Amino acid sequence: MFMTPLLIAQLGLTLFVFIMLLNSAAVMVYVERKVAALLQQRMGPYLVGPKGLLQPIADVVKLMFKEELRPAAADRLLFALAPIISATAAIAAFAVVPFGAETTFFGLLDEPLRLQVADVNVAILVLFAIASMSVYGVVLAGWSSNSKYSLLGGLRSSAQMISYELSYGLALAGVLLLANSLSLSDVVDRQAGAWFHVIPRWHVFLQPIGFVVFMIAGIAETNRAPFDFPEAEQELVAGYHTEYSSMSFAMFFLAEYINMVTVSAVATDLFLGGWHGPFLPESMGWIWFLVKVGAILFFYVWMRWTLPRFRYDQLMAFGWKILLPIAVLNLIVTAAGVLYFGL
Amino acid sequence: MTIDVIPFYLFGAIAVGASLLVIAQRSPIYSVLLLIASFGALSGLYVLLDAPFVAVIQIIVYAGAIMVLFLFVVMLLNAPHEEIEEDLAREAGPHRSASTGLKVFGVVLAVLFVVELVWALTRRGGESGAFGGASVTSVGAIGRSLFTDYAFAFEVTSVLILVAMVGAVVLAHREPVGGKAPWGEGAPRSGPPE
Amino acid sequence: MPTLSQYLVLSAILFAIGTAGVFVRRNVITILLSIEIMLNAVNLTFVAFGRALGSSDGQIIVFFVMTVAAAEAAVGLAIVIALFRHRQSLDPDTFTLLKW
Repeated sequence: MFMTPLLIAQLGLTLFVFIMLLNSAAVMVYVERKVAALLQQRMGPYLVGPKGLLQPIADVVKLMFKEELRPAAADRLLFALAPIISATAAIAAFAVVPFGAETTFFGLLDEPLRLQVADVNVAILVLFAIASMSVYGVVLAGWSSNSKYSLLGGLRSSAQMISYELSYGLALAGVLLLANSLSLSDVVDRQAGAWFHVIPRWHVFLQPIGFVVFMIAGIAETNRAPFDFPEAEQELVAGYHTEYSSMSFAMFFLAEYINMVTVSAVATDLFLGGWHGPFLPESMGWIWFLVKVGAILFFYVWMRWTLPRFRYDQLMAFGWKILLPIAVLNLIVTAAGVLYFGL
Repeated sequence: MTIDVIPFYLFGAIAVGASLLVIAQRSPIYSVLLLIASFGALSGLYVLLDAPFVAVIQIIVYAGAIMVLFLFVVMLLNAPHEEIEEDLAREAGPHRSASTGLKVFGVVLAVLFVVELVWALTRRGGESGAFGGASVTSVGAIGRSLFTDYAFAFEVTSVLILVAMVGAVVLAHREPVGGKAPWGEGAPRSGPPE
Repeated sequence: MPTLSQYLVLSAILFAIGTAGVFVRRNVITILLSIEIMLNAVNLTFVAFGRALGSSDGQIIVFFVMTVAAAEAAVGLAIVIALFRHRQSLDPDTFTLLKW
């Protein structure tokens, strides 16, 4: 047959990434509640399992056993389709994100396999494309629920997402200018080594503004605080996922956390050097990758429980009138820098 | 029939099927979603044609931006389905023969198009051969070409987009001062006119 | 590897479907969607020929066609919104004010 060891390894890697993403959502549930507790000087979940480590499992079991409701006037097909689109887009985006160097799995393979599900040579654009597709989950959820809160929340949320997509893309373009390639593996490879053996050759030192713009746009894209007005409990009940319960709600929940993980992973690859780090051989670089992604996720949760949320018009004004010009200026300055300093 | 043509037939079938359903659907929202599916299939066809840049741009621009715009407009206008009752109610009126005749004309024209184009495109031996030329897939090559040979068209396109933006805002603008609500209650208002 | 003529036949079918849609449907938004189908069929033709002739010109023209389609969709939908405000209807047969 055509089942070479490489193909088996590739399929195994795909399955591994999929399962790990789902697990990461569960881990994020726990991390979010514990970090929130830390910031608010209380204990967080501690009853279920040692130090509350089984809390995510309890949450999932609770969600599975809840009754699956659907408003009578809701559009049946779209109501069922919306969480599927959200979750699929969130998971699919991780298909082009590399998380480790080429490895032969201790000599089991003939040729090294890069730890990336699909090494496409337009990976950066694919990320952008899938981010555009995730808007549909939100807007269809809002529309199909046939409820005022959902519709308003869905429209606001999707308008926010498409507005911040522009700054997201421009921050990506800044890195593209530095790396001269659209492939994420090339971008990470370019960040190996260090200047003067001390400062790592990461893009965040060359593009600090780009990094800040990317993180802000990423937080807005994933509808997290302080940009989570569309799902603010005080204003809109729960925004676009008001009418959802049980597993459909769990899929939205999952999609939000996996989107967070993907944005953090992409930020790590683009700006923080991916899996390159001191003291460890290249093949164990995925440990550094996890550390960096974990740091960015901690930052995400920290932001949520520290900052008050933006009002909707402030949010849109910020995205269009402040963040977008900054991103464009960053691009121009980067282009000039690349031209004159040959970076 | 090699194994290479299976993706082509699959994507082609999805594209044609989704497009047929787009024009056969009653509800505009379903039409928009089916068109997105059709665009996705076309994007797959572009990948088969060694054009990854165009494939991704198709998703970003068409499926991710233009269709979102369509979806927003359909939702904001609460676009009514094409009423089949209206059809029957106007049966006695003078419009009936006009619209039915128009539909028949449209279908006949489409069939004629297909027959003519298929005949014209498969007649000569040269075009029915396999793909001969080397494939130019690098985004860098496309970019270089865009900024050197086609630089003028590129700049004019940016002016075109600016004009379209301004035009769209002007056309859809609502007078903020007084006046009755353009459509019924439940429409989102843009704040009190001062 | 599917031949060039197979791609061209596919795009011809898509173009015909779009044309039929413009005439058959009586909802302005769906007419605009049918126009988008036609534009996509043309895009497919361009890319197929570009690949067959080994030049990147096909993809570049597709780039411009997509931009023009985006601009046209934006302005077209703005017109639809303005029309809807006047007639509360999306049926093109109701806009008969200029008919003699």
